[in-house]
Amino acid sequence: MHTLLALLIGLLFAAGIYLLLRRHLLKLVFGLVLLGNAVNLLVFTMGRVDNTQPPLIPDGEVALTGAFANPLPQALVLTAIVIGFGLVAFALVLLYRSRETLDHVDTLRV
Amino acid sequence: MLFVLLMSLAAALLAPTVARVARGAAGSLLALIPLAGFVYFASQIPAVAGGATLHVTYPWVPSFGVMVSLYLDGLSLLFALLITGLGTLIVLYTSGYLRGHPQLGRFYLYLLLFMSAMIGLVLSDNLITLFVFWELTSFSSYLLIGFKHEAEKARKSALQALLVTGAGGLALLAGLLLLGYAAGGTFELREIFANGEAVRAHALYLPIFLLIILGAFTKSAQFPFHFWLPNAMAAPTPVSAYLHSATMVKAGIYLLARMDGLLGGTEVWVWTLSLAGALTMLIGAVSAVRHTDLKKILAYSTITALGTLTLLLGLSFEESIKAAMVFLVVHSLYKGALFLVAGSVDHATGTRDLRALGGLRPAMPWTAGAAILAGLSMAGLPPLFGFVGKELAYKAKLGFDGADVILPAIAVLANALTVTAALILVLRPFFGELKMTAKEPHRMGWRMALGPVVLAGFGLLFGLLPMVLAAPLVSPAVFAVLGGEMPIKLSLWYGFNLALLLSGVTLLLGVLGYWAWDRYRPALERGVEVLARIGPETGYERGLAGTVRLAEWQTQVVQGGSLTRHLTLIVTTLLGFLGVAFWLRGGWDYVEAAGASLAGVHFVDGTLVAVAVASTALVIWSRSRLTGVMALGVMGFCVALLFLRLGAPDVAMTQFLVETLIVLILLLVIARLPGFPAVQTPQPAMRWVHGLLALGAGTLVTGLVLAITHQPLDLTVPQYFAQESMPSGYGRNVVNVILVDFRALDTLGEIVVLAVAALGAYVLVRYGALPGLPELDFSGSLILRTTTRLLITLLFMTALFLLWRGHNEPGGGFIGGLIAAGALALYLIAFGERALRDLLRVHPRGLLGVGLGLALLSGLFALFGGEAFMAGQWVTLPLAGGGTLKLGTPLLFDVGVFLVVIGFTLTFLLALQRTAKAAEAQAVPTLEETTT
Repeated sequence: MHTLLALLIGLLFAAGIYLLLRRHLLKLVFGLVLLGNAVNLLVFTMGRVDNTQPPLIPDGEVALTGAFANPLPQALVLTAIVIGFGLVAFALVLLYRSRETLDHVDTLRV
Repeated sequence: MLFVLLMSLAAALLAPTVARVARGAAGSLLALIPLAGFVYFASQIPAVAGGATLHVTYPWVPSFGVMVSLYLDGLSLLFALLITGLGTLIVLYTSGYLRGHPQLGRFYLYLLLFMSAMIGLVLSDNLITLFVFWELTSFSSYLLIGFKHEAEKARKSALQALLVTGAGGLALLAGLLLLGYAAGGTFELREIFANGEAVRAHALYLPIFLLIILGAFTKSAQFPFHFWLPNAMAAPTPVSAYLHSATMVKAGIYLLARMDGLLGGTEVWVWTLSLAGALTMLIGAVSAVRHTDLKKILAYSTITALGTLTLLLGLSFEESIKAAMVFLVVHSLYKGALFLVAGSVDHATGTRDLRALGGLRPAMPWTAGAAILAGLSMAGLPPLFGFVGKELAYKAKLGFDGADVILPAIAVLANALTVTAALILVLRPFFGELKMTAKEPHRMGWRMALGPVVLAGFGLLFGLLPMVLAAPLVSPAVFAVLGGEMPIKLSLWYGFNLALLLSGVTLLLGVLGYWAWDRYRPALERGVEVLARIGPETGYERGLAGTVRLAEWQTQVVQGGSLTRHLTLIVTTLLGFLGVAFWLRGGWDYVEAAGASLAGVHFVDGTLVAVAVASTALVIWSRSRLTGVMALGVMGFCVALLFLRLGAPDVAMTQFLVETLIVLILLLVIARLPGFPAVQTPQPAMRWVHGLLALGAGTLVTGLVLAITHQPLDLTVPQYFAQESMPSGYGRNVVNVILVDFRALDTLGEIVVLAVAALGAYVLVRYGALPGLPELDFSGSLILRTTTRLLITLLFMTALFLLWRGHNEPGGGFIGGLIAAGALALYLIAFGERALRDLLRVHPRGLLGVGLGLALLSGLFALFGGEAFMAGQWVTLPLAGGGTLKLGTPLLFDVGVFLVVIGFTLTFLLALQRTAKAAEAQAVPTLEETTT
């Protein structure tokens, strides 16, 4: 599974960076979204994915026992997703304003 | 001691208010603060003179060894008295000098801030605290020099002073850090002094010495860093009197005196200090008599005095230290007085140019009297204190066995020119016939007369009775510098000796210099101007201009107007550094060892990844914006499903909701943007370059992930969370407990970021929006409206339910908030902006505020119980059915998160929607419309 995720992360990174370098500002925003996903998956994978039992403590017990998924990267990634959303939303507003002011969406001229 | 420091800091902060409320009386009121400090320090004189020292330590950053250690010995007491005593007079003087100035309150603020910093500086016994106060003096000096910021000259001079002393400050910091290291890892001066031998013998002695000297020399205007001081005269005169003659420029002298017992006495110390000091003396003295501006003359003669002090401290033996301490007081008294006199003359006549001044004595009798006394002290004539100081200085230079003739010769020349300057300063403006000036000269009020008279009066008193000062203050100061017991004897008359002879020669030359002044001054002025072209100030100007040019060039290269080029550089740099590091560390060996294989991958996961890859390809190559957005959404959903498969239901839910909302806001935007084919990278070659860069980066990341995941992982922290989630956090959903309890401070930071981003978007839209936009209302289809009406209640209940159960099962503030935001977005699309506002009743920005407020409030509860900020507090409530309900601050925190997420999403939706509509209303044809 780690190998599969490593390949997906690398691919998303490559796609994200390639899109960042496009001329159309909207593609740049697409690139941001892909990069965000890549980084989230990267952080998640750093916590290892061998165990896939959700980190929820069953009724009647006081602690997680046995093989559970690592809760720490999950918490990190959860907030990272929301922050990433904020970033993309802000980038879009910025894109829109620059389109209004400059009347183009050309990264070669920004 | 700490009390004095805090009191003057508090007074600084209150000064603008006091100035506004008390108006004319503000100066007298605020002067009570330095006066109180002066009284406090004066009350310590008997104890310190008796050999006692005061030492208090308060922890600041104890883990780094940074303490607020205050230490009062003879040296710091002498400086503290000068600072607070002069401070009192200066504040009073200012209230007359700047009477009615609209920014008087601000001026008091800066002045008292400076005074606090200066007190802190001379009391600090910790190197780091000392440095902080040191920089604070530079900073407040910057503000004061630039006080008349409308004038370009003032801004330029302020910046120059800041850059020169700031650069020295950085060197000082490095020197102090090295010193702490060399002394065995402590920043406490007392402990370092106990290790003095080890420091002097340390291999790092020379760098430590040079770095600290650099700090002291820039601050105390030693050659070649002296040029900022005359320019600092752009400041109002009270500032020149206080900072740039009596106190701040003496900070370097203080540092040298303080370090003398630690770093002093070595050959490099003696030669560096005495050479720099002698050169500075001479340059200052020659430059002083070339000017006709009162303040310029005073500034250059201050440089002479600072050079004298450095020289005396450099000689570093008993007689010279004694002379230095006495001369320090002598100079502060007469120079302070003369600066205030210059300010009064300027105030009374409107000019400071000696060529336009004359015969002011009858008009300003008190000021003239103070000027005469101070001038005599400056010239070193008996029975003034200046005479005592000069005699001691001569004796010290004659007593030094290193340089027998040169040192006294330079001293005589510099002192003779000082005598000339003193004569010019006193005789020209006050004697001779009255000259017409812009303003009718008038008598000074008591506030402006008091300072010069008191200072000059002390110069006379200490001259007549030198032992009044010597026993209680000078002896302890010399003792503090050198250690060892030595009762100091001072007297006006030491009998006939070589020093007296030199004084006579000095006086004769000085009078001669005054007599011929009008004849040689123009030639001197031209000569100095020619020399200045190769002087250090020219170097400074060139350096500054060069830096600006370099910055311009570098910006052109890195950010020359093409975002693509900028990003390419960033990616290339990242790839380069990461690649080299990976290669050097043998990264590929790790990858090989990992034995990457796709065997054992579940077909569901395989399918998800395959779909994600396919949709990513579509995002890259699709020619339609709509397809691109949809493919992006599909890709995000695949990642969300992967999270679900990997045992992260909370993350998966968040990802689903965020992807939905991203698709939604993208759809709002894309309609008004030109299509992809209209804006394409022109050269196919560039696409290949970008593609290769991207592939390189992707390969590297894949390698990194493989290499890292093969290594063992330390699970201590997750294990701790898993164990403690129930017992201390009362939650079964470990991820949620981490977010709202264990790491709640991080989460707080994150929702603040969200709020700031939302406000940023709001401002961007608000300040670009077209005026007079109609209220935006657009009607969705009937089916949409009907379904929305049904759905919105359901969605909201789901959101609240998920928020509530989040602590024990998947859900929580983020997820609940996103669902509620999605519901409201749907409502916006169906019914329009006005209906949404009616439904909400509050502005989305209000939600942001309330949410942040709740989150902060939930953290404050712990403080009442004496626990750390954000520590969870819980209560157990009995339920009617017999069960119990546990309520706690983390739940309140989660409600805050919930509200922030809603407020944030709605702010963005409304902002984007508004811009979209505004653009439509403007009806500008888009690129797409024009090209297709």
